[in-house]
Amino acid sequence: MISFDNVTKQYKNTSAPALDSITLNIEQGDFVFLVGASGSGKSSLLRLLLKEETATSGIVTVDGINVAKLRNRKVPAFRRTMGIVFQDFRLLPGKTVFDNVAFGMEVIGKPKSEIARKVPALLELVGLDEKSHRLPSELSGGEQQRVALARAFINQPKLLLADEPTGNLDPATSVGIMKLLDRINRIGTTVIMATHDVAIVDQMRKRIVQMENGRIVRDQERGMYGHTGQ
Amino acid sequence: MIMRFSFIRREVGNGIRRNFTMTVALIVSVAVSLALVGAALLMRAQVDRMKGYWYDKIEVSIFLCGNTSVAFTCTGTVTDSQRNNIEAVLGSLAPTVQEIFYESSQDAYEKFQEQFAGSAILANISPDALPESFRVKLDDPANFEKVASALQSVQGVESIQDQRQLLDRFFQILKGLQSFAVAVAIAMLFVTVLLVMNTIRVSAFARRRETSIKRSVGASNISIRLPFILEAVVAAVIGSALASAGILAAKYWVIDARLAPNLTFIPFITWEQVLAIVPVLFLAGVGITVIASSITLRRYLRG
Repeated sequence: MISFDNVTKQYKNTSAPALDSITLNIEQGDFVFLVGASGSGKSSLLRLLLKEETATSGIVTVDGINVAKLRNRKVPAFRRTMGIVFQDFRLLPGKTVFDNVAFGMEVIGKPKSEIARKVPALLELVGLDEKSHRLPSELSGGEQQRVALARAFINQPKLLLADEPTGNLDPATSVGIMKLLDRINRIGTTVIMATHDVAIVDQMRKRIVQMENGRIVRDQERGMYGHTGQ
Repeated sequence: MIMRFSFIRREVGNGIRRNFTMTVALIVSVAVSLALVGAALLMRAQVDRMKGYWYDKIEVSIFLCGNTSVAFTCTGTVTDSQRNNIEAVLGSLAPTVQEIFYESSQDAYEKFQEQFAGSAILANISPDALPESFRVKLDDPANFEKVASALQSVQGVESIQDQRQLLDRFFQILKGLQSFAVAVAIAMLFVTVLLVMNTIRVSAFARRRETSIKRSVGASNISIRLPFILEAVVAAVIGSALASAGILAAKYWVIDARLAPNLTFIPFITWEQVLAIVPVLFLAGVGITVIASSITLRRYLRG
């Protein structure tokens, strides 16, 4: 579903490339942890997938689409095929929980009746059906992240990108978010999650891609965060 | 891509409410600058109308020699044969010369008496002091030179006067005023453009987080930019409406109620002419804001 073929990303005014000849394949339905220190290239990799950046060399393919060749005009439509969750939740502050989740459908012009049907169902799934008329500022961090997950998943994307989704949450809350991500993955959605969270990675036992200085230093099925023996 | 109307309306309404003071400033600025544009257009229409009206009535006066004339074409009072010759020359200038009237000293004196009735000046003027003349109507007032060159060295002609020159001096003043109004209008429009750009920039900055979120959720450029543009357009429409109301009020309360009854010899612009300016103002107001806001958004909401 996703392939990086010898991809290098060199930002302007920097000596070392952010991504250095990366080759990586991810199949439909995979759950991949992207681990590594800050600056190791995790974010650059996600940005390439979103076409927020374009690779300096090499080919990035998502669902059969060569991302580099995508016209600017087509980028919004391309992004709608994936769901995105961020560390800082990125909810629209002036909108209620319901409207935040509905927003993902509003921007693609879904009819009101469909929105009225799907949003409450999804809010129930993430356990926030009671709070649909609250504003994001009235929610806890874990609740906000569940709203963000609901928004990311509202159009049933085939791919869900999560950039340190538990980075601002306490361990107990993080477990709840991971359960949701696991559930989304189990119905066939590809999930790529960049994280530092050792406990979560070790607990989930999923595929691990570890990065260091822009290179992939480990790609292991059912891995643990630390190196073998640690 | 289709977006539901109610969704856009809500987004625009929220934006205006949050940016209220800037929106008010924008409305006032659009209203003032467009009112000036409207005033300049009205003045041009007024000048054109007066030109058409008065040029139609303009005559060329050919004053004939009297006993005190000193022009080199004069040898005392004009003789009958000289007068007949002048009339013949005028007649040969058809079709440039369309009508010829003769005005004797006595006619001129009677006219003078009428104009200066009750004035002390009358006592000092005798019919002899006023020269006899031919009054000539031209097919086009601009053809004055033709008549002048044909007559300036003919015996018995003292001087030739083009009434248009008198009028033109007056029109020049009006034109000066008009250029001033245009200059002020252009300056105001420029200020309006800057104000639109600044308003958009401020609201784009205030909503940059929201915008980046929308973008990452896959909102298209148009759906991100449209609320901003529509906010500016709403302000422009209100401003244009105020400016239009202003010029209509000027026609009703100033021209029709005050000027026209007192200055009956001036033909004033009609309601049709005033109403024709209204759509121009709306088009200019909305057009300028759409262009200015699109350019600004392209710069500040890149993606």
